[in-house]
Amino acid sequence: MKTRQFACVVVMLLVAAMTVSASGQAEPMADDEGAFRIAVVMPSATTDTAFSQSMYSALVTVQEEMGGESAIELVYSETMFVVPDAAAAVRDYATQGYDLIVAHGSQYGSFIQDMAPEFPETAFAWGTDVNTFGLDNVYAYTAAAEQGGYVNGVMAGIMSAGGQIGVTGPVEVGDARTYISGFVQGVESVNPAAQVSQTWTGSFSDVALMTAAAQTHIANGADVLTGSSQSVVGSIGAAQEAGDVLWFGTQADQTSLAPELVVASQVYDWTDMLTEMIENAKSGVYGGEAYVLTLQNGGLKIGYNDGFDIPAEAIDAAEAAIAGIIDGSIVVEP
Amino acid sequence: MNEILSATVITGMLNTMFTLATPLLFAALGETFAQKSGVVNLGVDGIMLMSAFAAFYVVLQTTNLWLGLLAAVAVGFGMGLIMSFVSVTMKAEQGVSGIGLQMFGLGMSSLLFKVMVGTVKTVSGFPRLEIPLLSRIPFFGPVFFNSNILVYIAFALVPICWWILERTTIGLMIKAVGQNPAAADSRGINVDLVRYGSVCFGAILAGVAGASISISIVNLFQDNLTAGQGFIAVALVYFGGWTPIGVMFGALLFSVANSFQLWMQVLGVNVPASIANMLPYVLTIVALTVTVYRGRAPAALNRPFLRGEN
Repeated sequence: MKTRQFACVVVMLLVAAMTVSASGQAEPMADDEGAFRIAVVMPSATTDTAFSQSMYSALVTVQEEMGGESAIELVYSETMFVVPDAAAAVRDYATQGYDLIVAHGSQYGSFIQDMAPEFPETAFAWGTDVNTFGLDNVYAYTAAAEQGGYVNGVMAGIMSAGGQIGVTGPVEVGDARTYISGFVQGVESVNPAAQVSQTWTGSFSDVALMTAAAQTHIANGADVLTGSSQSVVGSIGAAQEAGDVLWFGTQADQTSLAPELVVASQVYDWTDMLTEMIENAKSGVYGGEAYVLTLQNGGLKIGYNDGFDIPAEAIDAAEAAIAGIIDGSIVVEP
Repeated sequence: MNEILSATVITGMLNTMFTLATPLLFAALGETFAQKSGVVNLGVDGIMLMSAFAAFYVVLQTTNLWLGLLAAVAVGFGMGLIMSFVSVTMKAEQGVSGIGLQMFGLGMSSLLFKVMVGTVKTVSGFPRLEIPLLSRIPFFGPVFFNSNILVYIAFALVPICWWILERTTIGLMIKAVGQNPAAADSRGINVDLVRYGSVCFGAILAGVAGASISISIVNLFQDNLTAGQGFIAVALVYFGGWTPIGVMFGALLFSVANSFQLWMQVLGVNVPASIANMLPYVLTIVALTVTVYRGRAPAALNRPFLRGEN
């Protein structure tokens, strides 16, 4: 009987473990000899319309631009929200001799710092952060999210009829914090009387709580919402249910989630940075540099929703803000 | 601070409380039945995830919400059978097999979502259902009689579950099996059958809990949608002293604290967000410490029944 119980538990755990790993397993997209090999490890799904999707889409674009699957081999591990699992995946890729390994999460820094010296000819990139740990095979990358936040804030300040604006954030760190800081400055610059209320749910993934947070803002009179992280799909859903609430997105273009209420999104475009990393690695340079996406270097873009009738005044103000940030006449504090 | 006491804020806060409490209440009421029969099912969160996906997918394909709910019930029942088979028939360690079921649900729901849906999509969930006349009562109307149907069902289940457990033969059998399975067995009660029934009923309610998130609260599916609510539901059973009414108060306390902290942030009360986020958990722990329910745990909880060995 004991053996049977033990076997049963083992089988159950094995099935469970296999399912979990299957859902987050590496998915090879090419397997050619001689191709430049890239692996990326992400905390959420490649289709999260936010943080992970921004990196995955950029990698696919780079792959297409540089000659397709025969030139660039791309594999990914998604939903690696458990850091030790992500560390194991990165080590696995490094051992297999991948040329560039992207650890796409600010929680991944410590194991990159530990692991990178063991694989001196592998380029590691991690973010969002600017710390390369003084290692010459580690890149760090981040986005000056406050810049696009400011532009979104300018439009929000103009388009809010009631002057009550809600921000639904996950955890007050990284680009979630800087985006919202910029957003608040943008609103204040055009509509100092507007009230910007902020909520932080304490989780990047709790969609139900994010929905409740957005509903709370709406009940308090908010007619414009914004927010950051993969859980903002909950906020967008709450805005849809309310019907007359506008949404400003960040990280990826969120128009497809609710074309009738998304006004604009700040879009992270990692392609130039990735292309440079690949070229560097081919010439024997594996890291040592920190990249920051900005409006100036084209890493940040404002994607307007073409299907939404944005007032000309808001578009003009947004374009003026973009020009001001690029020429330095507007300085946005992170 | 006065703003917090305004009618708009209190109405909004209580409304959010009922919405957030609904999945916890379904899952915790179901788990109460499983535990009353002596089985701890730690796989609640995995069942919720699988059912949340099933309900979402069926609604996405058919736009029929009741069919979606039925799918969640069917998936819940199926996973309840798996849990029962492993922990009741095979007599396996309940904690470990529950965790296995949770991991299975977490991974499989993500995998199915990726393969069958691929990207974030939304559905039209259960709409708000105003109860005629009652919803017009000042203050109480908007708070108690302006929610979606699953909220009403969840709270209606509290007295029904209490009645089943306390006033019916089935309830008596469940409690007998959970207290002293050997004695129940000697009185002719089929211990395994009662445990199968209790675990499966609990799993069905966990399934409805999952559906209440994916087709009623957020109206979409995403990886790890429940964000651990299944584990909170298991904790609420202990908090509620294994009674449906206690469980309901636990779910309401946790949810009102969550709702309160969101409103505090919206109104700009000067409390760091991380402190506000902790409030529901701290309050629950404090309440658990001061409200002593010792001695009410089913005596045979977490113990497989082996005839002749218990």
